[in-house]
Amino acid sequence: MKKFQVVDGLVAPLDRSNVDTDAIIPKQFLKSIQRAGFGPNLFDAWRYLDQGEPGQDPASRRPNPDFVLNQPRYAGASILLARENFGCGSSREHAPWALEDFGFRAVLAPSFADIFHNNCFKNGMLPITLPEAVIDSLFSRVDATSGYRLQVDLAAQEVRTPDGEVHGFAIDPFRKYCMLEGLDDIGLTLRHADDIRAFEAARQAAQPWLFHGARP
Amino acid sequence: MSAQTLYDKLWQSHVVRSETDGTALLYIDRHLVHEVTSPQAFEGLRLHNRPLWRTGSILATADHNVPTRPVKEIADPVSRLQVTTLDQNCAANGITEFAMGDPRQGIVHVIGPEQGATLPGMTVVCGDSHTSTHGAFAALAMGIGTSEVEHVMATQCLISKKAKAMLVRVEGDLRPSVTAKDVALAVIGHIGTAGGTGYAIEFAGSAIRSLSMEGRMTLCNMAIEAGARNGMVAADETTFAYLKGRPYAPRDTEWQAALAVWNTLHSDVGAVFDREVEIDAAGIEPLVTWGTSPEMVASVSGRVPDPAQEADPVRRQGIEKALAYMGLQANTPITDIRIDKVFIGSCTNSRIEDLRAAADVVRGRRIAGNIKLALVVPGSGLVKSQAEREGLHQVFLDAGFEWRNPGCSMCLGMNDDRLSPGERCASTSNRNFEGRQGAGGRTHLVSPQMAAAAALAGHFVDIRSL
Repeated sequence: MKKFQVVDGLVAPLDRSNVDTDAIIPKQFLKSIQRAGFGPNLFDAWRYLDQGEPGQDPASRRPNPDFVLNQPRYAGASILLARENFGCGSSREHAPWALEDFGFRAVLAPSFADIFHNNCFKNGMLPITLPEAVIDSLFSRVDATSGYRLQVDLAAQEVRTPDGEVHGFAIDPFRKYCMLEGLDDIGLTLRHADDIRAFEAARQAAQPWLFHGARP
Repeated sequence: MSAQTLYDKLWQSHVVRSETDGTALLYIDRHLVHEVTSPQAFEGLRLHNRPLWRTGSILATADHNVPTRPVKEIADPVSRLQVTTLDQNCAANGITEFAMGDPRQGIVHVIGPEQGATLPGMTVVCGDSHTSTHGAFAALAMGIGTSEVEHVMATQCLISKKAKAMLVRVEGDLRPSVTAKDVALAVIGHIGTAGGTGYAIEFAGSAIRSLSMEGRMTLCNMAIEAGARNGMVAADETTFAYLKGRPYAPRDTEWQAALAVWNTLHSDVGAVFDREVEIDAAGIEPLVTWGTSPEMVASVSGRVPDPAQEADPVRRQGIEKALAYMGLQANTPITDIRIDKVFIGSCTNSRIEDLRAAADVVRGRRIAGNIKLALVVPGSGLVKSQAEREGLHQVFLDAGFEWRNPGCSMCLGMNDDRLSPGERCASTSNRNFEGRQGAGGRTHLVSPQMAAAAALAGHFVDIRSL
């Protein structure tokens, strides 16, 4: 996993609530057996006027000029500003994969759906929950200021604005540690393999039926 | 010991170790796997040369991509590769898979319970948000992402943090023609699509106790549409009767020992929840979603809302966007909405009871002339053969429905069952998001009975008036 320390980046606003993972990456692209390559189809149905199918040459597509990420002023954005309940719906990890592949490293919103929120941390993508009033004010400033940037500092747990405002955010210590170091949590969990084995043996002894396969 | 919630009991009995920040390693009893969210996980294990911890915990099936017409192999090469990749990964690792063509193949959330592979007191995970379905068996069941699929395969554990507990109590008797689907939509309409975020929801009350296991599964299935990763119902005689004799279920003396444990799987009297919601069962009507989020729901006797009546600007904008996408005018009576296609299926409503209920509405009648396609897609091969033994397929075929093979089908259209742009569908599935059933498609979520009645009339009808 990519380390996340400080990201200083251009902000793109996506001003709608309840953005679901079907919108982030539509189902036809989930047929891939790879982890990479979803960026060109991020927000596909909103981003293009023609219908997206796997295997298209992105250069042949017709971008929707009204969609925010197609506006030249947001080209190269690495921070997505979003509304409440971002990432609701399906558990597809293809959603953070697509955001990451497109170039985003952080999403700022008043709230996130649980499974999406969880999936982000496995992919070096930082979901930051900020109060609604702060998000509102950031939307106004992004709208008013071309090239508006923010600095996200994970170690300090701060989002810093160009005019010196600092907004703290909360994060679980374990997740923070994994993100800062770019650690693979499977390796960390396997350090406790003896605990898992002991737990499993006790459970199997007490409730053996939980461990059966099918019988005719 | 102080009074515990069902969630407390399920959580505590699976903690392998906990960290000071509340993060816990949670032991996973059952891992359900399908073709869409697993290939990258298997690949990750291979790259790190990591073995699977306990292959016996895994039950796999192909469901999202499978065609519902009888074919020898999948025509779309991309879909076919994903399904054959699952077959190869299962074969290489000795995992039990109900592959295409197996009479037990079907939607992963239908086959787990059907096999008795979902049991009370278990933790159940799957790379699919509708894993909440299995909570109907007093199990702690949750959807996970692909990295977590890999983590569970490698360690038999999930890194997790305890959620808050919510009790949704539905007391009283449901009115005739009101189903578990309507209860689910009523709950989501009441607490909102993010109302359950950060919570595990327990559904309780006399109306829930009266539901069949199929009904409880429908309800827990849609907990995720209220934002909750888990939905659950206490175990009782209905649960035990459903499980007895199923292939993975315990037998003989083990059955008795299991019952002793399962009888404790309920919230204790006096258990404290972080939030409690009361819903009057008698007040629930047959419901229809009108928008692009499951919380956008109205009684079949109601009207499409008017954004001008909404004071909150963000919500107003949400309604306007939804109505524009759905091609609906404010204040239109729900029963005036004409539809093009009907889909009866999905992990929400494709079990035998759902098909029986829809068939009862359809029997001896014909679908309306404006219906381009009416699909019935059983949840599994076993549901399909049961329905055929009961003659339900003939009821649907005589009425003009198509009777298909099991799979996720038009719930999300990863196979070739889809809506075309602008088409409007009465669907028994779980999500009415933009493009969910096909790019530009318009989805109205309803119960199987309501979908069947809409197919006959060509528009929504109040089934209480039939």
